Amino acid sequence: MSTMTDALNTYRSGPDDHGHFGLFGGRYVAETLMPLILDLEQAYNEAKSDPAFQAELDSLNTHYSGRPSPLYFAERLTEHFAGAKIYFKRDELNHTGSHKINNCLGQIQLAKRMGKTRIIAETGAGQHGVAVATVAARFGLPCEIYMGATDIERQKPNVFRMRLLGAKVNPVTSGSGTLKDAMNDALRDWVANVHDTFYIIGTVAGPHPYPAMVRDFQSVIGKETREQMMEREGRLPDTLVACIGGGSNAMGLFHAFLDDRSVKIYGVEAGGHGLDVPNGHAASMTGGEPGVLHGNRTYLLQDDDGQILEGHSISAGLDYPGVGPEHSWLKDSGRVTYVAVTDKEALAAFQLCTKLEGIIPALEPSHALAHVQKIAPQLSKDNLLVMNMCGRGDKDIFAVAEHLSMEM
Amino acid sequence: MTRIDQTFAKLKAEGRGGLVTFITAGDPDYDTSLSLLKGLPGAGADIVELGMPFSDPMADGPAIQASSLRALKAGQTMKKTLAMVRDFRTENTSTPIVLMGYYNPIYVYGVDRFVTDASEAGVDGLIIVDMPPEEDEELRPVTAERALNFIRLATPTTDERRLPAVLANTSGFVYYVSIAGITGTAAPDVSSVGAHVARIKAHTDLPIAIGFGVKTPEQVRDLAALAEGVVVGSALVATIGSTLDENERATAETKPKLLGLVEYLSEPLRRRAEAPAI
Repeated sequence: MSTMTDALNTYRSGPDDHGHFGLFGGRYVAETLMPLILDLEQAYNEAKSDPAFQAELDSLNTHYSGRPSPLYFAERLTEHFAGAKIYFKRDELNHTGSHKINNCLGQIQLAKRMGKTRIIAETGAGQHGVAVATVAARFGLPCEIYMGATDIERQKPNVFRMRLLGAKVNPVTSGSGTLKDAMNDALRDWVANVHDTFYIIGTVAGPHPYPAMVRDFQSVIGKETREQMMEREGRLPDTLVACIGGGSNAMGLFHAFLDDRSVKIYGVEAGGHGLDVPNGHAASMTGGEPGVLHGNRTYLLQDDDGQILEGHSISAGLDYPGVGPEHSWLKDSGRVTYVAVTDKEALAAFQLCTKLEGIIPALEPSHALAHVQKIAPQLSKDNLLVMNMCGRGDKDIFAVAEHLSMEM
Repeated sequence: MTRIDQTFAKLKAEGRGGLVTFITAGDPDYDTSLSLLKGLPGAGADIVELGMPFSDPMADGPAIQASSLRALKAGQTMKKTLAMVRDFRTENTSTPIVLMGYYNPIYVYGVDRFVTDASEAGVDGLIIVDMPPEEDEELRPVTAERALNFIRLATPTTDERRLPAVLANTSGFVYYVSIAGITGTAAPDVSSVGAHVARIKAHTDLPIAIGFGVKTPEQVRDLAALAEGVVVGSALVATIGSTLDENERATAETKPKLLGLVEYLSEPLRRRAEAPAI
């Protein structure tokens, strides 16, 4: 096989030099930000090829975050579904309780390398905000987190955590006061403070180089999974399942396997009240159209006039009207299958996992588990299935109690 | 020559800078907005920037975002924005109109269809805030075919390395963003703006209009001395906002207050024009 054929047959070489994944991605930002985005790209490329940068990140992942996260055989769920052999990649066991720390450790290292002295970030459910506040505390940089006023109300424990960690939490009241508005305001802060500020974006979206950079920092999930599965079963998994909001945990798991055609890959979006309910879901790919928002072209929830819709999900972490551009490209190329599950299905999976495995999952991976529940019974017993347990559910118990009409 | 080129030639002949005024199409409702648009040239606007409302105007400050959301709430769409320009052109064929906004509503409308419809409606130029030179290949060449000016923003962060790329293929005028920030926030520092404008002028013969944070006639006077035009936006839409009733509907004050402000801001430019030539 020639190198040329290899190049054409890989799903792992994107983006191109301009940050495009086929039609998607790019750098749709105001001119004020352009020079900064170009500087960031250059700094990241230099860091990537510096062994000292990677060594420092590996050390932090091991000793601060607790990596590698275990690959756990979910025996009772496997028995219950009576089909595929189900493994969880336990990224909820990381320091701060989700996969978000993987990316934040990488970006704060880069911020320091670039001589930036101030950190900003957006957050929806607060998991990314907590991870940013954590690394900012650890590296002694002042930090401001933009969070929608609506989300502040529904995620009080995380707001308190961020404040304890020394971060300033700025309530965002513009628009509808949720994640997309928080991202707008973080971008506005960045435009006004470009000289000293580093913006830690929490997902595989935003202008190039963020989608590729966040993916690279998260791809430790898939690399570990590969090694751990080889060790446990002597071969690659057959099926991967992960939930998708912006899509960083999914990209992190999928990327190492994209060129292994035998591996069937599913991304699970938030179907909310159902894809047929107008503005009642947060499934950008299975229920949206391509458009341009927050610096990149990707599938978006939008109306006929190109105005962005709010969307809805029981999970604040999936409640984003866009998705990482690499996912949009993987969808159109057919390599990954994207599906949606509803709030109700996710809530049922949340309870099932808690009762059968003694693991309280976040509502985000509960969506992934709800899809596992649909496909596992149809798969053979030797089908090795890995689901990314990307976050723990402690933050969600209040919302779940409300949805189940239970007293706390 | 486009209407924009003609306007700057006329301003040059008159020996004065031009006032570029921004309002959002459909704010606070279609009929009021059209009436404001029609009144702007008489009040002293030399060029009108008409905002295409977008739900997520991330480079704009609170005043322009609020005006965008008011327009959308009142049912403004891209079709209606183009209709508003057509209606304006039935009685005004000389004042240039520049549509300003974000790419997504254009992309969803369809690039070819948008450029054709905009050109036929009487639009003279486009400013697409989130479309840097690196991403404009699917829109800019199409605008050139229809003789629409493609106006780019240069900012304090646009350094010497980038300036040639930003100026290449820019036409009509260069919009110099006077602060590193969002619209309508900090006031520009005249001396630093002067240095930046001189830097841009070393690279281009195009007229330059300075905007972001302009609120007073004194600023208009000082900035007009540095360039060919001054843009006022947030101050105007904030004034529209301040005249609305509790349900965000226009009142009897809306039109006189807005046009009064435009007259007040344009005064130093007109005074300069009326002064005897030396």
